[in-house]
Amino acid sequence: MSKIDNAYLLSFFKLAADRLEARRQELCSLDGEIGDGDHGTSMANGFAAIDARLREVPADTATPALLLREAASAFIGEVGATVGPLYATALLQGAALLEDGPLERDRLGDLLAQFAAGIGMRGQAQPGDKTMLDAWVPATQAARNAAAGGASAREVAEAAAAAARKGADTTASMVASRGRAARLKERSLGHPDPGAVSAALIIGAFAEIEEDPA
Amino acid sequence: MQRFLNDPDDIVDETVAGFVRAHSDLVRLDPENARVVVSQFAPKEGRVGIVTGGGSGHEPAFIGYTGKNMVDAVAVGELFSSPTAKSFQDAIKAADGGAGVAVLYGNYAGDNMNVKMAAKKAKKDGIEVATVVANDDVCSAPADEREKRRGVAGEILMWKIGGAKAATGASLEEVIAAAQKAIDNCRSVGVGLGPCTLPAVGHPNFQIEPGKMEVGIGHHGEPGTRVEDLKTANEVADDMTEIVLDDHNLPEGTEVAVLISGLGATPINELYVLYDRVAAQIEARGLKVYKALVGNYFTSLEMVGASLTIMALDDELKPLLDAETACPGF
Repeated sequence: MSKIDNAYLLSFFKLAADRLEARRQELCSLDGEIGDGDHGTSMANGFAAIDARLREVPADTATPALLLREAASAFIGEVGATVGPLYATALLQGAALLEDGPLERDRLGDLLAQFAAGIGMRGQAQPGDKTMLDAWVPATQAARNAAAGGASAREVAEAAAAAARKGADTTASMVASRGRAARLKERSLGHPDPGAVSAALIIGAFAEIEEDPA
Repeated sequence: MQRFLNDPDDIVDETVAGFVRAHSDLVRLDPENARVVVSQFAPKEGRVGIVTGGGSGHEPAFIGYTGKNMVDAVAVGELFSSPTAKSFQDAIKAADGGAGVAVLYGNYAGDNMNVKMAAKKAKKDGIEVATVVANDDVCSAPADEREKRRGVAGEILMWKIGGAKAATGASLEEVIAAAQKAIDNCRSVGVGLGPCTLPAVGHPNFQIEPGKMEVGIGHHGEPGTRVEDLKTANEVADDMTEIVLDDHNLPEGTEVAVLISGLGATPINELYVLYDRVAAQIEARGLKVYKALVGNYFTSLEMVGASLTIMALDDELKPLLDAETACPGF
């Protein structure tokens, strides 16, 4: 498997769904501190719905772009809240990049950039606002920097995952200015943003695929 | 607190199931989407459809206002969480009688995004869609940033006016104008005395210490403008009236509708205690109560507390407020 192709995307969504399911309760508790306590449910159910939907796409008609469009549709059909439209838009932006077919795996940063752009466009947040973008944006930059330095696909994905985790940790020292936590202002200090934490789990799945190429 | 609960993950589905079963004379489930509740009287050919939606846990809002001359279809979300864009889209479809659909909803990030995505798709399907975003909660942002304020119990009066206007056969533009005027004329404030717990989370996601109250609290426990020692009911009623009317700035002689809603766990009798004082304060300011609604109209699970909404009326709004309505929430 040398490209970001159908098989890669199917493995990615399956892994991401598993990782989110395993942390469902923890994400809900994190969200309970500064939000409304449903983030783990939304993300775990949403990615499970994607995984289920993609299994039904006939292999002979599947393309990477179609899989991402189906993923967006499955997610938006399952998840409301704010994450529903944010990730659906992210996935649709990703589909636009893959319209021409599979992508080289060391270009993961370009795919992450599309996801981040979709999230930014829909949510109108900026890095530093204590949102999921604080994981997606540094992950994108790290992946692109690694690729520019000649890193392997595995190193690119690992750089993205490490930057996402660091970004998520950093949100604990930020004061929320978007989303429901924004109304807590200073009281949101000390709590990591659950959206950034789940984003780091999702981005971590890209690195995990590289550890154990299917 | 002990609860009537099966699996916490099923609570929304079970609520909706019980609701449509209990009120089958007024409402039904959308056959296409189990998270859309539709009026038995909708869609009505040639009439503007009224749609709303929001998170669950606020019952009788939002589903309870589905019915005759009220809301035609409601998108149902998880507890305290916006419905999916798909559910809003299906609700728009279910309410469409060919004259366009007015989506009248509250100002929350998730609802804004999901309604926007749904409206775009509905327009692609050839349905004309326009929106009004409720922002009546005074304490959620300063007066010069009204567009940032949350929508709370004033939404009920917005639906009432919008639904009644649609029933007159008015155009989409006219229905939107009436609903916009209704919410522009509303100001609300909430006071919290105790938190609420999402069953799946299992612990309150905010705290109100014993002996304290939170003035300006939101419908999901969003913090208010101040935490202070619990006062007497009359003092609380005075504070609430003052917050609302100071923001409203109504000319003497204005007739108003007053809505006091419990937040879930406050006994109804306490709401009447509050109302007695609120009405007296309103009259002391030279205003006149035209209509009063006191009860659990827009709750937040088992939060202890109450909200006060005051809507300024005029000759257009009064008959619309009085128009015949049949829905489970009134």
